[in-house]
Amino acid sequence: MSIIRTWLFCMLAISSVNAVSSEKTQEPVAHVKNAPTVTFEVSVNKLAKADYIEKKRIINHILDSKHDRALELFTSVLKGRLFYVKKTTELVTISKTEGKKVLATSFISGEEVGLFKKRKVKKVGINNALRGRLKGAIAELELFSATESKRVDAALSILKSADDNHLPLILKALEFENSNGKNQLVIEILSTAKHLISLKSSNAEARLHAITYLDKSLYGETRNGLLAFIDHGLANTDKYSSLEISLAKKTLESINQLMQLNGILENVYFGVALGAVLLLAAIGLSITFGVMGVINMAHGEMIMLGAYTTFVIQQLMPNNIGMSLLVAVPAAFLVSGIIGVLIERSVIRHLYGRPLETLLATFGISLVLQQAVRSIFGPLNQDVITPEWMAGTFTVNAGLELTYNRLYIIIFSLMVLAGLALVLKKTLFGLQMRAVTMNRPMASSMGIRTGWVDALTFGLGSGIAGVAGVALSQLTNVGPNLGQAYIIDSFMVVVFGGVGNLWGTLVGAMTLGIANKVMEPMAGAVLAKIIVLVAIILFIQKRPRGLFALKGRSVDG
Amino acid sequence: MINNQTMNDSSKLKLGPLATLLVGDKGGQRLLMALIAIAVIFPFCNLVFPQDSIFYISTYALTLTGKYLCYALLALSVDLIWGYCGILSLGHGAFFALGGYAMGMYLMRQIGERGVYGNPDLPDFMVFLSWENLPWYWFGFDQFWFAMVMVLLVPGTLAFVFGWLAFRSRVTGVYLSIITQALTYALMLAFFRNDMGFGGNNGLTDFKEILGFDLQSAETRSVLFFASAMALILGYLISRFITNSKLGRVLVSIRDAEMRTRFLGYKVEYFTLFIFVVSAMLAGIAGALYVPQVGIINPGEFTPINSIEIIIWVAIGGRGTLFGAVIGAIAVNYAKTYFTGAFAELWLFMLGGLFVMSTLYLPKGIVGAVKNIQQGDGKTSQLYFFLKEKFASIKGGA
Repeated sequence: MSIIRTWLFCMLAISSVNAVSSEKTQEPVAHVKNAPTVTFEVSVNKLAKADYIEKKRIINHILDSKHDRALELFTSVLKGRLFYVKKTTELVTISKTEGKKVLATSFISGEEVGLFKKRKVKKVGINNALRGRLKGAIAELELFSATESKRVDAALSILKSADDNHLPLILKALEFENSNGKNQLVIEILSTAKHLISLKSSNAEARLHAITYLDKSLYGETRNGLLAFIDHGLANTDKYSSLEISLAKKTLESINQLMQLNGILENVYFGVALGAVLLLAAIGLSITFGVMGVINMAHGEMIMLGAYTTFVIQQLMPNNIGMSLLVAVPAAFLVSGIIGVLIERSVIRHLYGRPLETLLATFGISLVLQQAVRSIFGPLNQDVITPEWMAGTFTVNAGLELTYNRLYIIIFSLMVLAGLALVLKKTLFGLQMRAVTMNRPMASSMGIRTGWVDALTFGLGSGIAGVAGVALSQLTNVGPNLGQAYIIDSFMVVVFGGVGNLWGTLVGAMTLGIANKVMEPMAGAVLAKIIVLVAIILFIQKRPRGLFALKGRSVDG
Repeated sequence: MINNQTMNDSSKLKLGPLATLLVGDKGGQRLLMALIAIAVIFPFCNLVFPQDSIFYISTYALTLTGKYLCYALLALSVDLIWGYCGILSLGHGAFFALGGYAMGMYLMRQIGERGVYGNPDLPDFMVFLSWENLPWYWFGFDQFWFAMVMVLLVPGTLAFVFGWLAFRSRVTGVYLSIITQALTYALMLAFFRNDMGFGGNNGLTDFKEILGFDLQSAETRSVLFFASAMALILGYLISRFITNSKLGRVLVSIRDAEMRTRFLGYKVEYFTLFIFVVSAMLAGIAGALYVPQVGIINPGEFTPINSIEIIIWVAIGGRGTLFGAVIGAIAVNYAKTYFTGAFAELWLFMLGGLFVMSTLYLPKGIVGAVKNIQQGDGKTSQLYFFLKEKFASIKGGA
């Protein structure tokens, strides 16, 4: 889901960038050669009535003329934003719609032409072949754009469809990049494309050179190119030497190995990210369960409340989505924490020493909270926006891209863990909490108000659950059932890692997260989860108190 | 209590084994009488009277009550382990659902050629998934007796293996609760998979007949209802027999002081394992009777929430009384049917409130509260008498 959301966001971002660039007609195009404008205008206006073949010819012509508005023209046509007035065949863009009428602006002069009825203007039509040609043309133009990211995208799209026809363009672009752009990534992509093309050449030396170059290149196209090369070579042994075929095979093998490694790394990354989420979800539970011996079945709902707090904050500050997450973290902590303290004071306080009854009562509370949220916000999922700084990916190598939002969540969960460890080890409250955990009557007789320590501990655990909700709102759907999806996993982490032990929770969460994700490609998501659950059930038989067992009040019997 | 029992024993010695079982169990006696009455009257009213008669009980109401009886048996099985042995299983719904699936597989095979695809050997969903052969674990389910054996054997075996692993390594209390929950959760995920061969998401449904009788007919429904009532009565008697026996006493001592019982030389894990398996089988029977009446079984029955709901029936009825569990199951489910129909929004608030209130104020459930009021002690009875007095004074004033 999150991937789709990120993707959508990227698409939005890209299209808005395009919109901006087409508004500003003076997009700096590096290769500006002021071709005679007359030709351009004449060609452009021909577009209105031309058939598809004619249109293609015109497009090629404009592309060759390298006019500075060519890019704008191509994107407008491709996106269906270019119209013509039926009567005059003047090319226009539509800037405003007023009822049944539209306000048209001349494409060439940029002046307003006037109001027309909708049916008096017609879109400049394109077919699939033209669409492909336009995309190619745009890529060619953008190869020389001043924006680096655009050049990278253009180079990638050239790489996808690299053939002999592109070679001059690629060489020119490489020259441009080496002298002006100096972007290593673009150079790398273009050189890969160049060598992929020379794989198909008849010159044996060029082929050998290309194969050597392509070693360790991780683009999908390289793999396909090499595969095709080997097939072709095996079919025509008279033209290809066995040396180059075996070399190609070797190269392909090493690329495959690298890609496999990439796959494993990616899974481990996903696993660590899942582990981080589990850690966030379970750490609060570990406190309430471990320190107080309270099984808080409403813990998942505290997570849900945190996620909903994020949603509400975003509604309150719609112009500052980037900041909203930072505000949401303390807000969610407070909301969930206060509700946690209320629950402790009103219900759980009366049930100490009866863990099974606490379990039932807190389960009841979880139902009430769920229904409350459903009544207030409705049963549907709420749309929590991912701020810009969380979207995007970061590229490790050509075959491996890691999403930023997961990275941030990993960092965030470790920060929460560290913060909590500091609170427990370095503050007075932490000291009192540990004292109560170890020996309640003794702590009480030393003057510690154990009742308050209990309430605050429960509040702390719940507050951290709320913070987890903020992080989860960026990864999954925010709905009334959000908490239930995580409660069982959180219990598994706590039981596996050992109750009331931060390190245990960390190790438990990471183990479960990585195990889940590494098994997923082999067994499928559901089966992987089942295997992990069964493994934990079996593990509990061996170590009934988890990996790192705690000694203290919570150890019964 | 014990005095009462021995006195009754001596005066009614001639009554045979069944009566001695129920001597001193007033609630149980009343419950069984009520159940026998219902078992006879409901089908009678359904079949004999015409539809417009005031004595007529609709087939819908009959089936609904039959469903409640199955739930009651399920609650009974939970009370047996939770009330008498202190094992809080949050996964008992799994045994119920497994029993249901065993019955569902039989009913599925009974459909035969009448499925949508008309395949005599394969259930519809397998044809849909373009499977060629029946998986090995479906063999034998065309025989009723085999399916019935499986209704007992599958939940029983799972409970035996799971319990043997858990009790032997002394996983108790909260930890046991959590891993039973994980068990039902894992089973739920597994049954949702199409590859498992149990119909995946949709489960098993579209049943036509059982033992050659049409499942939709009022007569079959009546027989199923009668069977559910009889199963509940039998289940009650078995549970009462176990809890009255010496073994039952050991179970109670395990509940109250497991360590001490162990030190006294009892092999605690054998006792808990025994009662766990019996309880799972009872739950399986409940599931098997439930499925033909509601006409569907799907992986939703495995959801952990369902299992927790069973606990609340027992808690509200009165834990450790057996008949309390039955009362709780019927009362809560009746309330659920009523409220989800009348105020759908409010039901979860109600259920949640019931959980909290019953744990805080009704630690012994309805049965305990009634007993308290009768004996005049405890918080509930104070409240009761307080309200009664107020009420009387208002009445007197008016």
